[in-house]
Amino acid sequence: MRHQNFTGEEILETISMVRTEQLDIRTVTIGISLFDCVASDNKRLCRNVYDKITRTAKDLKRVTGELAQEFGMPIVNNRVAVTPISLIAGRASPEEFVRIAETLDKAADELGIDFLGGFSASVEKGMTQLDRNLIAALPDALARTKRVCSSVNVGSTRAGLNMDAIAEMGETVVKIAKKTAKKSSIGCAKLVVFCNAVEDNPFMAGAFHGASESDAVVNVGVSGPGVVLRAIQNARDADFGTLTQLIRRTAFKITRAGELIGRAAATRLNLPFGIIDLSLAPTPAEGDSVARILEEIGLERVGTHGSTAALALLNDAVKKGGAMASSYVGGLSGAFIPLSEDQGMIEAAELGSITIDKLEAMTSVCSVGLDMIAVPGDTPAETIAAIIADEAAIGMINKKTTAVRIIPVIGKKVGEVVSFGGLLGHAPIIPVNKFSSARFIARRGRIPSPLQALIN
Amino acid sequence: MAKKPAKQAAKPKKSASPDALSGRAILTIIGADRVGIIAGMANTLADANVNILDISQSVIREFFTMIMMVDLAGASVTFEELTVRLNKAGSRLGVRVEIQREEIFKVMHRV
Repeated sequence: MRHQNFTGEEILETISMVRTEQLDIRTVTIGISLFDCVASDNKRLCRNVYDKITRTAKDLKRVTGELAQEFGMPIVNNRVAVTPISLIAGRASPEEFVRIAETLDKAADELGIDFLGGFSASVEKGMTQLDRNLIAALPDALARTKRVCSSVNVGSTRAGLNMDAIAEMGETVVKIAKKTAKKSSIGCAKLVVFCNAVEDNPFMAGAFHGASESDAVVNVGVSGPGVVLRAIQNARDADFGTLTQLIRRTAFKITRAGELIGRAAATRLNLPFGIIDLSLAPTPAEGDSVARILEEIGLERVGTHGSTAALALLNDAVKKGGAMASSYVGGLSGAFIPLSEDQGMIEAAELGSITIDKLEAMTSVCSVGLDMIAVPGDTPAETIAAIIADEAAIGMINKKTTAVRIIPVIGKKVGEVVSFGGLLGHAPIIPVNKFSSARFIARRGRIPSPLQALIN
Repeated sequence: MAKKPAKQAAKPKKSASPDALSGRAILTIIGADRVGIIAGMANTLADANVNILDISQSVIREFFTMIMMVDLAGASVTFEELTVRLNKAGSRLGVRVEIQREEIFKVMHRV
């Protein structure tokens, strides 16, 4: 065709990526600073927060709807991330924090968006009374709201691990599980405990709008496990060099598409464009699975020996392709391995191929960490805290982001299945180590930051 | 600046800015071959005052595929309305129609 530079093959490739391989824009997230909402009393603060969020993001849903249609690419989630609430809440009491959470939920409802993140605190070095109040408010805040997501940063490579905070988060997770026991302890699915949290992450539940960010910004998260799977299926028994090249090329295409749509969204919303987060984030849909990619690389089931190496290859190749495609790649780019949201992971857990120990090992080479893992409801708070401490230590020593989103499902035992619905999927309850970590967690204090020379 | 999509469809301009959307779109029609597909699509487009720049058709993989490049400058309807009309025409003819702005192919397949 005279007017176009594309071949029919290329056009069909794009269409089949979207229609049969589930390539999508996972999320368009507006980050909103709430620093200018600070007020002397809680009521006024809530009003300011509500007004600013609903004003700034009022066109989000309309614009993403238009773009999805014009480019033929589904946009799955519309989200908002706000300044960590602990930074703007003044002297709020736990009850007042719950009211702020309800205000955020109302704003999210008004906008018709999926999730709003930023009910967050950063306590890697120490906790203020305000941080304590926010954490104390979490069980009620997450039980009484639907769309509010929360994160707490408990460690970093520079500050070390705040073991007081980690102990408290262990207890908090259990409290949230109990408060939302009637709904499969779903409150825990809306809380992420981070080490080395990034400030430009559009993915929930860990999204917030960092203190270093501008007034408002549009971040985009793209996802395409199915597309990568198809590419390496076609390569059959190619060697690792060829596989890496295929994954890089695919990641490149996906990132470019994401940036186009992200920039178009930013233009139409009259906001600056922030970053694109290129992640292979799975969904419960068949074919949209990171586990299947690892299995296609040659594992009978994900979780068996070789899984960590395969994931390392995949994650690095995805980052390389993305970094070539856009100058503003950020967030948590790489591969996500949430358990309940990935059909292949769910099967592996049911067959006993993947365990919490192997998951932990795999998180040392992928994005984030122990994500959406359901454990027995009677798991002690100290055990949860110790799981958080292990995961945070991996992040701290390896200078990467790690996180824990774990759900002790009240009333459920190993082998039972819990369903969260929608994108959150379903998961078998997997066992945790039965020996106690109570004495370890009871020590309190801070694990010092690591030496950054002499790396091994 | 925030532009209204309807306006954008009506007055596309080639701009130096990489963010600006051009007014061209690619129509892909996939399905079983039959009489009247081109006529049906061309009529639908003409009714919306959309100019056809190019047509190619072939059998790619196992599908009968027709690809059209169209110019949305001067379109009398919004992108949304055009999509609805094309989908209607497509289901009447028993084919699947996709319309997508050209840029998506440009960014994915050309560096």
